[in-house]
Amino acid sequence: MAGDIYKKPVMFAIVSTAVILIGTAVTMFIPMMTAQMHPRIEALKPFTPLQLAGRDIYQREGCNNCHTQTVRPLRTEVMRYGEYSKAGEFAYDRPFLWGSKRTGPDLARIGKKYPDAWHYRHFENPRKFFQESNMPAYGWLKENNLDPGDVKGHMDVLGFSYSEEEISLLQERNELDALVAYVQVIGTSIPRRRAVRTQGKTTTAEIKNPLAGNQAAIIAGRDLFEENCSDCHGEDAEGDIGPSLIDDVFLYVEGDLADDDYFELINNGTEEGHVEEGRTMKGGMPAFVGDMSREEMWSVISYIRYLKNKQEGKNRDG
Amino acid sequence: MSAYQYDHQTIKGFIISSVFWGVVGIIIGLWISIQMWQPSWNVAPYFTFGRLRVVHTNILGFGFGVGAIFGLNYYISMRLTKRPLLFPKLARFHLYLFNTAIALAAVSLFAGMNQSLEYAELEWPLDIGIVVLWIIFAVNLFGTIIKRKEEQMYISLWYIIATVIAVAVLYIVNNLSVPAGLFKSYSLFAGINSANVQWWYGHNVIGFIFSTPILAMFYYFLPKSTGLPIYSHRLSIISLWSLVFAYLWTGAHHLVYTPLPDWIQTLAIVFTIFLIAPSWGSVVNGFYTVAPDWSKMRTNYLTKFFIFAITFYGLQTVQGPTQGLRVVSQLIHYTDWVPGHVHMGTMGWVTMTVCASIYYVIPRIYKTEIYSVKVANSHFYLVLIGQLIFSVSMWITGIQQGALWKAVTPEGTLKYTFMETLVKNYPFWQMRTVGGLIFAAGMLFFVYNIAMTIRSGNAISGPASKGVR
Repeated sequence: MAGDIYKKPVMFAIVSTAVILIGTAVTMFIPMMTAQMHPRIEALKPFTPLQLAGRDIYQREGCNNCHTQTVRPLRTEVMRYGEYSKAGEFAYDRPFLWGSKRTGPDLARIGKKYPDAWHYRHFENPRKFFQESNMPAYGWLKENNLDPGDVKGHMDVLGFSYSEEEISLLQERNELDALVAYVQVIGTSIPRRRAVRTQGKTTTAEIKNPLAGNQAAIIAGRDLFEENCSDCHGEDAEGDIGPSLIDDVFLYVEGDLADDDYFELINNGTEEGHVEEGRTMKGGMPAFVGDMSREEMWSVISYIRYLKNKQEGKNRDG
Repeated sequence: MSAYQYDHQTIKGFIISSVFWGVVGIIIGLWISIQMWQPSWNVAPYFTFGRLRVVHTNILGFGFGVGAIFGLNYYISMRLTKRPLLFPKLARFHLYLFNTAIALAAVSLFAGMNQSLEYAELEWPLDIGIVVLWIIFAVNLFGTIIKRKEEQMYISLWYIIATVIAVAVLYIVNNLSVPAGLFKSYSLFAGINSANVQWWYGHNVIGFIFSTPILAMFYYFLPKSTGLPIYSHRLSIISLWSLVFAYLWTGAHHLVYTPLPDWIQTLAIVFTIFLIAPSWGSVVNGFYTVAPDWSKMRTNYLTKFFIFAITFYGLQTVQGPTQGLRVVSQLIHYTDWVPGHVHMGTMGWVTMTVCASIYYVIPRIYKTEIYSVKVANSHFYLVLIGQLIFSVSMWITGIQQGALWKAVTPEGTLKYTFMETLVKNYPFWQMRTVGGLIFAAGMLFFVYNIAMTIRSGNAISGPASKGVR
């Protein structure tokens, strides 16, 4: 009698265990035994001691409670964050840190998006860059030194290779250094996706700025500059974290940049090693392809040219 | 009535501990709800959002929730087996160990010892403690059931047995890790595999802590407090087996559109939709149990707690599967919709059922009447309104957020920067704090009512109060 099971607790327990284990086996245990659950892409490197220490701090501070680390293969998501996440990118993540809530933005492609200096300043005071940000400040991590012995032990547990020199160098680094080092490596095993030059915004490629010298565009450009650019390039584009935009050096080479190259630079950002018009980039500037329209980018360029002219006028008069 | 004796001291201890941890967890919940719109409420290093959020979930899930589960299910098991616990001293030790573990859990999470696995944040030494807690519970429970004086096992016992087994399997597997010192470990699983194991755990621990043991309470205390027999045993049998079977397939619906293999996601979505059926089996059973006499909603103050609780369970178990669908997931996943969903379950279904069960148990073990039905009614309306404000405001802002993230200009660029989408949450996050305050006020009425009941009952203390009722 099947009904007897409700009188036999041991039998009931055995049958429930079996029932529970069916779905467990099919969706979890069996896949785990197959290669498809353990992919690793070639370019992925294990964490260095400093990066691992940073990752431990990321876990300790519960960063994953507000930031995800996986870009979904959705059009707007790729536009906002970059290339969608691949299965083989996470092979050294024990455990994964994808998170489940985006109170802050996704971080799967944060690595190398900004220069280190940006992160230090942002951790120190997130509201410096984003006035209405609700992120806690993490400048206090600077006060804590790393314990090289601990980090070494952790590297050993994970079986990552390291040199004694890397370990001893940790002595001079603090927790904020480590966190920045980790953030800068997230998602960098996948090449950055560069937008097509004109990225479908125009039917015919523009070579000259259609809004050059346009008063309304300069005024609109000023607002856009303050919102998007001044935190790194300075209030009057005189340079800060990022280089000055009113001198005559672009991408570390003397000489002006043509309008379409300027556009391309804002559109796609800079990427270490990428060569544009014979100038080699060092990286550090994010792409604005998803954030600004074509017209807005041209307006920003008009405004920067205006600032530059003003500066050159000053230089002449002075 | 036979002259057997129940050990009420341990049950009182668990109930009072559970309520205590509930208050602590709610205060922290209010605090982090303010941090969401007022970052100056972060006090580094111990009281930043990243650390407090896990203290909130662990204290309420494992302190309030599991404390109530241990205590009330001990109570239920003794009644249904018609005998005292087989190992009363072990149960007492269980209580002490439980409170020690929760206190250490809170301290360790404040200190940042965190495995970063949702609902399994505790580091490995505490994991061992938690497993020991459940083993003690299992030994006492199975021992008591095997030596029972009543041949037939009632529905609640099935749900409790299934709970113990599932929690053991889930908790042990997901927490497997290699220790790297006393306070740090690295998961045995890596990458997408670790994601799959975690959400197999994460979803099911909700199933087997916030569904099955709470259903055990519901199936016992609803008929007890209304005096109406459960509508259908056959329906409860079908519900139990299909629930326990289907639940374990569904974890990957938390990983829709991630790099996890598509077939695991799809399978999870299919079983998630199927889960509506067994969940609603219990909903229907609850409604039809009270159907012969709906006037109980007016005349018996506990009935409305149970009926509203099971209604929220019903809404929760339709909303959840809907969220699993790819088309819905892409809009609301990662937004504030999700905490809205979770809190309908925890503040609506779980808290209402647990509170009503405690209202039933406390006067009986203290041999008195409830201090005030009026206070209980105020408690009911406050937690109801508070929870609705919380959930509804989070659903609205969640949909808004998802839509803003996806908005594009005619030119094909994103219409809003992330910061522009974030600031639109602020009024809703403030509204959530208001909802939380109302809910917390309701819970203070509850605590007051229970405290006064205990005081007014002529406290028959000592471990051997006679079980007459």
